[in-house]
Amino acid sequence: MSGDMLKEGIVPGRLSTDQYAQNFSELHPPLGRHEAFVEADRCYFCYDAPCMNACPTSIDVPLFIREISTDNPLGAAKTILAQNILGGMCARVCPTEQLCEDACVRMEAEGKPVKIGQLQRYATDIAMEEGKQFFTRAPDTGKKIAVVGAGPSGLAAAHRLSMHGHEVTIFDARPKAGGLNEYGIASYKTPEGFAQAEVDYVTAIGGITIELGQSLGSELSLAQLSTDFDAIFLGIGLGGVNALLAEGENEGLHGLRDAVDFIAELRQATDLSTLPVGRRVVVIGGGMTAIDAAVQSKLLGAEEVTICYRRGQEQMNASGFEQDLAASKGVTIRHWLQPKRVLTENGKVTGVELEYTELKDGRLAGIGRTITIGADQVFKAIGQTLEDQSAAGLDLNGGRVHTDTEGRTSRDGVWAGGDCADTGDDLTVTAVAQGRDAAESINRYLARI
Amino acid sequence: MADIRNNFVGIKSPNPFWLASAPPTDKAYNVERAFKAGWGGVVWKTLGEEGPPVVNVNGPRYGAIWGADRRLLGFNNIELITDRDLYRNLTEIKQVKKNWPDRAMIVSIMVPCEEDAWKAILPLVEETEADGIELNFGCPHGMSERGMGAAVGQVAEYVEMVVRWCKQYSRMPVITKLTPNVTDVRQPARAAKKGGTDAVSLINTINSITGVDLDTFAPMPTIDGKGTHGGYCGPAAKPIALHMVADIARDPETYGLPISGIGGITTWRDAAEFMALGAGNVQVCTAAMVYGFKIVEELVSGLSNWMDEKGHKTLDDFTGRATRNVTDWQFLNLSYITKAKIDQDQCISCGRCHIACEDTSHQAIMKEKDGKRHFEVMDDQCVGCNLCVNVCPIEDCITMIALEPGTMDTRTGKRVDPHYANWTTHPNNPMAKAAIESAE
Repeated sequence: MSGDMLKEGIVPGRLSTDQYAQNFSELHPPLGRHEAFVEADRCYFCYDAPCMNACPTSIDVPLFIREISTDNPLGAAKTILAQNILGGMCARVCPTEQLCEDACVRMEAEGKPVKIGQLQRYATDIAMEEGKQFFTRAPDTGKKIAVVGAGPSGLAAAHRLSMHGHEVTIFDARPKAGGLNEYGIASYKTPEGFAQAEVDYVTAIGGITIELGQSLGSELSLAQLSTDFDAIFLGIGLGGVNALLAEGENEGLHGLRDAVDFIAELRQATDLSTLPVGRRVVVIGGGMTAIDAAVQSKLLGAEEVTICYRRGQEQMNASGFEQDLAASKGVTIRHWLQPKRVLTENGKVTGVELEYTELKDGRLAGIGRTITIGADQVFKAIGQTLEDQSAAGLDLNGGRVHTDTEGRTSRDGVWAGGDCADTGDDLTVTAVAQGRDAAESINRYLARI
Repeated sequence: MADIRNNFVGIKSPNPFWLASAPPTDKAYNVERAFKAGWGGVVWKTLGEEGPPVVNVNGPRYGAIWGADRRLLGFNNIELITDRDLYRNLTEIKQVKKNWPDRAMIVSIMVPCEEDAWKAILPLVEETEADGIELNFGCPHGMSERGMGAAVGQVAEYVEMVVRWCKQYSRMPVITKLTPNVTDVRQPARAAKKGGTDAVSLINTINSITGVDLDTFAPMPTIDGKGTHGGYCGPAAKPIALHMVADIARDPETYGLPISGIGGITTWRDAAEFMALGAGNVQVCTAAMVYGFKIVEELVSGLSNWMDEKGHKTLDDFTGRATRNVTDWQFLNLSYITKAKIDQDQCISCGRCHIACEDTSHQAIMKEKDGKRHFEVMDDQCVGCNLCVNVCPIEDCITMIALEPGTMDTRTGKRVDPHYANWTTHPNNPMAKAAIESAE
């Protein structure tokens, strides 16, 4: 099949079958055994290693790399998973260039860090392919815990709670478990059903039941869960999407869409050629979601893709690596532009009018001059919010559930972690750390009551 | 431009780099290629006595150990002496020497420890017009079980006896190749000298097992489930070889005896080090077997450029210059005090110096300053052991700085004595005597 890139409007089938396959192949192919040995040899086995301290889950990086270098990948996988049961996904999606690899002393020595993420993937892939489980359940405690949200924080919490012998039920609103790992990450970062394979691997410890199609605020309520369970962990993420606050932004406007929905639809698609995308696409935002939506629009065959961000490059949440990736795929990133008006014609998007901005006394302000960028599709990627009702009855902070250092919310017996919590930072790895640590807190709590 | 022409016991070669007696010098094809590549000389792979050729194993003959990225560090072999017909070898030797008159052609020989055997082969070798012979008293495997190779080299009397026969029945210069598988390498060297050898070459390979296959529980290299010790060589063997060369070079009984240095020589620097310790030239094998003959280009250019930089016009200008600085422990200057110093600009904060010192040495490197990760030597704890220098991944980031005489050593609370003082005169030494050697 050949495609037509120049077709106006939002249409599917812009590319040939081969081009789709090529565009959505894996971004970083896994390291082979020899490559892993060569890379592992670059690790200096630092004392009190900076990489380990830079990891939100504190994985003992030098130890696991040493284990890889001695041809002991299962030992390495156990070292990783003991700290981060979702080490496989984190190896694929962590912004390592901002975390462990940025801290690698090789950066100081020669500007080229050890490829920690790739090595982590090498070890965890071997363990998962062999179905090797490293952790077992303690004797049944008779305690029941509800985990709401089957994303990274929920899965991490459930696994750790199960290790302590508690019985866990995970509820999730979506048809599949995995949360953003399943619905929110660019396809080329985690192809071939890895997110589901990881859910299976994590829950294989036993003592974990997953109930899908259950969302807090509709099927579930905190009050009922409190009655039915001994403790509750909320890892519900941020289901709502911030509005542009621009003129012409209406529900149902053809061509205006939430980037997260686009990304989710793409991840779930079995045939990419059926996915429509605009010829000219504008993405409003400056985070990972904006990059993912922009890059994937380009990969689906959009001719022109522009990211517009209201601040400068330095304020972008997307990492330097992600920005470079977008540029290399042909995405244009423009800074200091905020949306003013969505332009439409006959109910369809035709472009965006944006106002130039600047920082004035530390505050962002429009300067009154505008530019219009033609587009048949506009994606909103300016951040997510808690869905209405989902956290009713809990104290919020900045639109997120307020938690203390152990993940406890304002309500006794209820913990929260991941993106929905005010201590979150929108990283998968942080969500895992918070889920794991909340589980430990819950375990201590249950021992007391 | 430095003159790197070599004259070793009267044998001339355009450079001091010879290929050692080993597989690379097994036949005319290889040796021709070696000379084309630029090698100064070869020691032809060891010839045995006339008769049915030697038989080799047909399984693995080599084993190895590796460093990072599988860089070969140590090498071992269980190959025997040449398994080609004696007369074919002799014919080829003669032809190659004729083709390359300016290169050194040495023939290695190993025949039974009987006068008649040596008497028989020497004229045959002499007829090839080779420049000299090397007596293989070193091979530690296979042939030694038959009373040859290391079995001779380990008995000083045999060494002397065979050398004497060779000098008696041949006009060729005799180089006696020594085995390191002895407790004191000076004994066979002295014996060779007594027998009238023109030179010694060392080291031959070291008894070794390179590893164990943990699936079959067999030593490596493994021949059908079994293994035997082989001869170890390569870069990891160099320090052992350097010590033995120095031991012979500074032994009053063998002082001045020419030495051909062998053992893990891989770069020009290795060669220069052997020669500085007293070797008149060097022989290379493992490096050529790992990388091919082309490495001689690096050896030649590296040595020449270093000599130019240092103002050494000929090889004699630096040969043996380090020998006199090799001494016994008892003569080391105990007044000399150093402290490690970490160059903070070069430090990458890996912390290995700290943990090495903290766990295994003298707790002399701090890990934190003003609440920040920071590695700095505490002079009042540092004994100057050099461990931090050895473990630091950055060259020259940590250096040992000698304290000036008269300055305070905060570890001992004493000022640095400006006078040389060694163990022989130390008050703690019950055998203390007057100093008998002073530092240069």
